[in-house]
Amino acid sequence: MPDPKATISFELNGEAATVAFAPHKTLLEVLREDAGLTGTKHGCELGECGTCTVLVDGTPVLSCLVLGLACAGRRVTTVEGLAANGRLHPLQDAFAELGAAQCGYCTPAFLLAADALLVADPHPSRDAIKQALSGNLCRCTGYLKIYEAVELAAARMRGEKAEPAPETLYGRR
Amino acid sequence: MAGAKRHSIIGKALRKIDATAKVTGATIFADDLFFPRMLYAKLLRSPHPHAKIVTIDTTKAERLAGVKAVLTGKDLPIPFGILPVSQDEHALAPDKVRFVGDPVAAVAAINEDVATEAMDLISVEYEPLRAVPDAEDAIAHPDPRIHDYGDAGNLHKVIHLEFGDVDAGFAEADLVREDLFFYEGNTHLPMEQHAAVAQWSADRKLTLWSSTQTPHYVHRALAKVLELPAARIRVIATPNGGGFGGKSDPFNHEIAVAKLAMMTGRPVKITLTREEVFYCHRGRHPTLMWVKTGVTKDGAITAMHFKSLLDGGGYGSYGVASTYYTGALQTVTYPVARYKFQGARAFTNKPPCGPKRGHGTPQPRYALEVHLDKLAEQLKVDPAELRLKHLVPPNSLTANYLRVGSMGLGACIEKVVAGSEWKRKFRQLPEGKGVGIACSSYICGAGLPIYWNNMPHSGVQLKCDRGGGVTVFCGSTEIGQGSDSILAYIVAEILGLDPFDIAVVTADTDLTPVDLGSYSSRVTLMTGNAAVQAAERAKEILAGHAARKLEIPEARVVFADGRVFDAQDPRHGMTFAAAVEVAEAAQGTVGTVGSYTPPRSAGRYRGAGVGPSPAYSYSAAVAEVDVDPDTGIVTVPRIWIAHDIGQSINAAAVMGQVEGSVYMGLGEALMEEMAYRGNRNVVHKIPSLLEYKSPTTLEMCDVVTYLIEDPDPNGPFGAKEVGQGPLLPVPPAIANAVYDAVGVRVDEVPITPEKVLKALKKKGKGEEGRVGPTHFPEIAWPDAIRVPPPWEGGDGNAQPVTAAAPERQH
Repeated sequence: MPDPKATISFELNGEAATVAFAPHKTLLEVLREDAGLTGTKHGCELGECGTCTVLVDGTPVLSCLVLGLACAGRRVTTVEGLAANGRLHPLQDAFAELGAAQCGYCTPAFLLAADALLVADPHPSRDAIKQALSGNLCRCTGYLKIYEAVELAAARMRGEKAEPAPETLYGRR
Repeated sequence: MAGAKRHSIIGKALRKIDATAKVTGATIFADDLFFPRMLYAKLLRSPHPHAKIVTIDTTKAERLAGVKAVLTGKDLPIPFGILPVSQDEHALAPDKVRFVGDPVAAVAAINEDVATEAMDLISVEYEPLRAVPDAEDAIAHPDPRIHDYGDAGNLHKVIHLEFGDVDAGFAEADLVREDLFFYEGNTHLPMEQHAAVAQWSADRKLTLWSSTQTPHYVHRALAKVLELPAARIRVIATPNGGGFGGKSDPFNHEIAVAKLAMMTGRPVKITLTREEVFYCHRGRHPTLMWVKTGVTKDGAITAMHFKSLLDGGGYGSYGVASTYYTGALQTVTYPVARYKFQGARAFTNKPPCGPKRGHGTPQPRYALEVHLDKLAEQLKVDPAELRLKHLVPPNSLTANYLRVGSMGLGACIEKVVAGSEWKRKFRQLPEGKGVGIACSSYICGAGLPIYWNNMPHSGVQLKCDRGGGVTVFCGSTEIGQGSDSILAYIVAEILGLDPFDIAVVTADTDLTPVDLGSYSSRVTLMTGNAAVQAAERAKEILAGHAARKLEIPEARVVFADGRVFDAQDPRHGMTFAAAVEVAEAAQGTVGTVGSYTPPRSAGRYRGAGVGPSPAYSYSAAVAEVDVDPDTGIVTVPRIWIAHDIGQSINAAAVMGQVEGSVYMGLGEALMEEMAYRGNRNVVHKIPSLLEYKSPTTLEMCDVVTYLIEDPDPNGPFGAKEVGQGPLLPVPPAIANAVYDAVGVRVDEVPITPEKVLKALKKKGKGEEGRVGPTHFPEIAWPDAIRVPPPWEGGDGNAQPVTAAAPERQH
């Protein structure tokens, strides 16, 4: 039978939000089912695959393991909050440009994990990128285009005029 | 970048037309659909691997508040299955269950919690039957049968084909070698769990949204099982969050939600849990293989005899085709003068196996390429040289009547040999480091449809709008490979438009002409050719009317940069939109169709339907490995891979498919396995993303990719496949590199640390440093279908069977 609902207020993608939901729900369920933001995906709902990653106060968390109630007063960022004023975030732009999103199902999670990395480290090494994304599974890309997209976005966010290497797009000659 | 020079769009690295939706979370996957009054469904699954259903009592569940409908097998008695020859599945098992996880009942309720609670209130009485844990056990125990059909006992399919006298071929050889291999089963593991939503309207129309790679076959299965006219059923394939073959069958849950929607008159959604996705499976068949090859001193293959035994799991799925595929493509890389194939598929009480990326060919390719590595060593020739010296010529027919067109394997081998510095490294790296090479080939779509007919495999409709927009309608299904974008690029190239001005409508049986689905690496070639035809026809219509308007000969009309103009005077012309207006005023609405049917295949024997393709892609890979002799852990720092793509349509998308294939091959080679335990070894050990090990960022290797562009006359703009072929050389290249590194053979994937250590210990004791299968069981093969190869006067037909012909056993 319908559960009694709890109500919390928090910051959702930069705006004040109040959402009512059954109190046992995870943040993943609250976002998708009660806030109408289906950009956050799920692959296991057991904390194993990283697909449901969102940012809480700027830190990547697995939204399938966080109770919605625990987010009262917190700052939550989902993929829907990355683009601003109709312009893609540099990470989104680089992912689109290099084909780092194939089926696109794990992409929102990778974008948010990468965003947190670039905030902490604007010039990450390839190893730092691998470490930061090691909790996120992708079955399509083999991760390589994702690394390259993060590096391209990082360079552009530092103000460099970066372009993808020809071998990234066309292979080695 | 030859393509980029000749064409304005084809060959370039462009964004996919759905890239922005994918990176903003705007793409709507099946589980993202929410409808007013929607119900949620759950399936009750069998805890037994093999049991008769004695009774099912659903009364308590039906009485639970919030439950709207309960279904059992008796409500859906009509069987279905992807292949016409194995219609052996039911939406809900009516009388017996065949694996742990086989669904027996379905519930629709107001939410998932109530549906889950209702599951616990359904009582099922089972009478357990002896379970068959693996293929060898299936041979040893023909009874009790898992199915009451199939070639013998618990053998689903048994095949015996012979192309020329292999014994005579072995007699001509300077060296004959036999080897045994085992390829463990593994699964697709798409990040998106399967989901479906069904809606039934009061005017008796059913709509199903589903994460399926094959909406056309789901459409057919729904019509059959629900006994509805196909015209009253609409199937919409939502973009798949990864497929890899795992969403290519019609599934229990799709039929169950459709029936539940019909019963309740409300939309019904089901989203499988990750554990349930493991039970859907349809992944790689565990396959035992025996291969015997005769070669001359310089490595030419005089004869090959290949045997495979597949563990099929509880249902047929694509299994008959999978079995043929384990014997079909051995002949398209290196010439095989005489060839014999014996293949068998067993029913076992495990989740059904089916088509996973490479469908039935990674297993034999692994066996063949490691076997060749051993042959090369015995012949004392470099394994790269051996392969280069013996390539199937382009435009030729193989012993089993596969027609090879373009063939770029030689160029692929040369690229990876040079790039990896093979000659400096092979057999010369320090102990613990090694390199290995392997090659492969894959089909660009099956030459024959799943159910036999003369209709096209792919259709496209094209509508030109007077505003200058063009809409392409096609039944193809976007699973992340970029099939929607391919349609836009091709139409834009031909009509001189920006691909982002093309609207693409796909995978909707109400709106789009049939495309058979996203499987067998068929989509770019087949939908591409259909799109070429539709766009050329539109161009012809528009050019005719524009020529009259411009008062120039039709042959001088050029389409480029969104304009239609005179080749001799580019200023003399009009916008594309104006050209559509001119044509529409003259003849009415401008629309065309295009379709594609593969060329007729050359083989005429029973079984010749599996293997033929309009074109074959080729790949070569060199893997570099580090093997830790203390732990047995194999790490792969880098793989060099060259792929003969024919012609890239979008180079960046091709790169993504190559890298993704290498990734998946790496996982299969080193860690991925469907493992079972207990209860006669048929309960899945690890149905979770944590414990089913797949490569993370920390295991993925560097990949150096080379694209070989050798256009094939049958491909659109010369394009061939790339979604599956580049997976194939990866596991054998790694296995061969492990041997180069530490001198042991692991003739079994995955190559786990335990196996490497065991082989090293054996080698240390002076025994053969090898881990792998040691025997191939006796199977009662049927009489061979004998087909003389083309060079022995054959015409593709089997020789008439004479009653006196004695059956030889080998």
